Amino acid sequence: MRELTYMEAIREAISQAMERDERIFLLGEDIGAYGGAFGVTKGLLEKFGRERVIDTPISEAAITGAAVGASIVGMKPIAEIMYMDFLPIAMDQLVTHAAKLHFMSGGQLKPSFILRTQYSLGRAHGAQHSEFLPSWFLQAPGLKVVAPSTPYDAKGLMNSCIKEGAPVLFIECAMLYRTKGEVPEEYYEVPIGKAEVRRNGTDITIVALSRMVWEALAAAEKLSAKGIEAEVIDVRTVQPIDRETIVSSVKKTGRLLYTSDEMATGSFGAEIAAIAMEHAFEYLKAPFTRVCAPDIPVPFSPPLEKEYMPNGEKVYEAALKIYNF
Amino acid sequence: MAGIRTYSNTSSTREGLNTVGKEALISMLKKMVLARRFEEKVEDLYLRMALISGPCHLYLGMEAVAAGVSEALTRDDYVLATYRGHGHAVVRGVPLERIFAELMGRELGTCKGLGGSMHAATWKDANLLLATAIVGSNIPIAAGVGLAIKKKKEEKIVACFFGDGAVNSGAFNEGLNLASIWKVPVLYVCENNQYAMSLPVSMGFSTSIAERASSYGCATYVVDGNDPLSVYTAAKEARELCRRNEGPCFIEARTYRLKGHGIYDKALYRPEEEVKSWTSKEPIENFRRRLVEEGIITQQEYDEIEREAAERISEAVSRARASKYLDFSSLYNLVYP
Repeated sequence: MRELTYMEAIREAISQAMERDERIFLLGEDIGAYGGAFGVTKGLLEKFGRERVIDTPISEAAITGAAVGASIVGMKPIAEIMYMDFLPIAMDQLVTHAAKLHFMSGGQLKPSFILRTQYSLGRAHGAQHSEFLPSWFLQAPGLKVVAPSTPYDAKGLMNSCIKEGAPVLFIECAMLYRTKGEVPEEYYEVPIGKAEVRRNGTDITIVALSRMVWEALAAAEKLSAKGIEAEVIDVRTVQPIDRETIVSSVKKTGRLLYTSDEMATGSFGAEIAAIAMEHAFEYLKAPFTRVCAPDIPVPFSPPLEKEYMPNGEKVYEAALKIYNF
Repeated sequence: MAGIRTYSNTSSTREGLNTVGKEALISMLKKMVLARRFEEKVEDLYLRMALISGPCHLYLGMEAVAAGVSEALTRDDYVLATYRGHGHAVVRGVPLERIFAELMGRELGTCKGLGGSMHAATWKDANLLLATAIVGSNIPIAAGVGLAIKKKKEEKIVACFFGDGAVNSGAFNEGLNLASIWKVPVLYVCENNQYAMSLPVSMGFSTSIAERASSYGCATYVVDGNDPLSVYTAAKEARELCRRNEGPCFIEARTYRLKGHGIYDKALYRPEEEVKSWTSKEPIENFRRRLVEEGIITQQEYDEIEREAAERISEAVSRARASKYLDFSSLYNLVYP
């Protein structure tokens, strides 16, 4: 099958959707003439024109607010916030408005749009341009949150997000933009709220998110050489969480490890641990553990950043430790 | 900088009154009376009867702004309101029992009782899209609604109301700028009631609100917010500019709340002289007097307007009180569409 990069897969999903649905338009900083700070929207201005690919000033709150406004009267905006670290500027519109409006209007309002963003950990971007903050949005019922790890999922999830009636936060990973994978040209969907078992195993469940899915798979191969079979779950959706897939895997393996590029404390992984405690406590043979970043801001210095980041080696070591508990 | 136009005392002369038909004048008077009596009833239901709880920000004294703007809008136009939104809901014709029921947290409410007073002015059937409780946040949302109107080539505009306090929020700058560069049909209406909760405008601004707005390049008006006809005249003109792709427009309506910020606020931070002076300018009595003086309505006809308002309010309260509360289990189905 044809291969695309993660970035091309996202672009193709958006481009194809814009061809079939007039309601869709893009807005964000430098998404038009520049093609997006990372190139995701390259060529879309030329293809769809200024009316549908709107370069905005540096106004994260208003970009998100305008997406809320246009969507409650029937448009389908896809807005971009250049770095996940800039989301706090848009937080009021995303969390206090978009996520809640359907509920607090008694179902009258349907803000239905996509907010795309990316995190750049691993690219020497320093403390204000590197953060991966999915757990912040666990306290925002009404919002859906996805973070694909493969080109196939990136396109399939984008298609589902466009069909979705709720507002969706679509978190991309800059370190994955150039990774390649098979992506069908025709339309398909990857469902929101459904995790994917990337590798079957019986001895330990590794739940991973975004970039760390690949590192977890590498660790699993190393563990396999030692006779330990890890089951690797790409959780893909942060909200709503696919509890079922995680719980049934933990019941099978009795061991649970979570890994992602977040800081450990209060991470999505803490919620995954809580799910295991609530639904599979009696099956656990070892304590839960997580392989995340330490609880310090991201250091710029490339060697320090490298040390800061979770990786396959750290996953392997942690998995061995709980396997031998 | 675009010029700032001023409309005030339009009702004070016969010439001014003649600029609109009798029907529009009476319609605005009726809207103001209904909004005033509605809020007085809310105060009673809250403080004396304990049927309403939570934050509750009354529109008392500011009725001419909502009535004047609403008279200039069509039914198809959108409105974005705020937590001080009961007046907007009333003048847009939201069934009164729905608003009362919302304040009481009952299922019959505009938001099924899930919004409360601060979000009661959300009623899609009247194109009242949103009543936000975060100061300033509806300003960028209005830019988005305006963009959608423009994209769909509709003959509508969106009117976005907020207070003087909102003008100092970051959302104001971001939202007004977006609307201005997009040239979208948004009528921004700043209800300058002189206080952001307790902070007087003099302590929150180094220029006038209108000057600030005008610097974005949008057509800006300063109006006497206690004269419905001045408000109407500016809003009508602004609506036409918006429809001619010359939007967004901005109205600073200078008015005053007769009471505190919230229902429990005794507003002791306001000088007595100031309160006295503004109270003498309160909008309904002055407008009634002018219409009677000029023979546009008789006192008898005015009494009939009052009687009808009282009757509608009383019936609406009974219907609201008869409504049940939403079943808790149904809340889970309202989180996602």
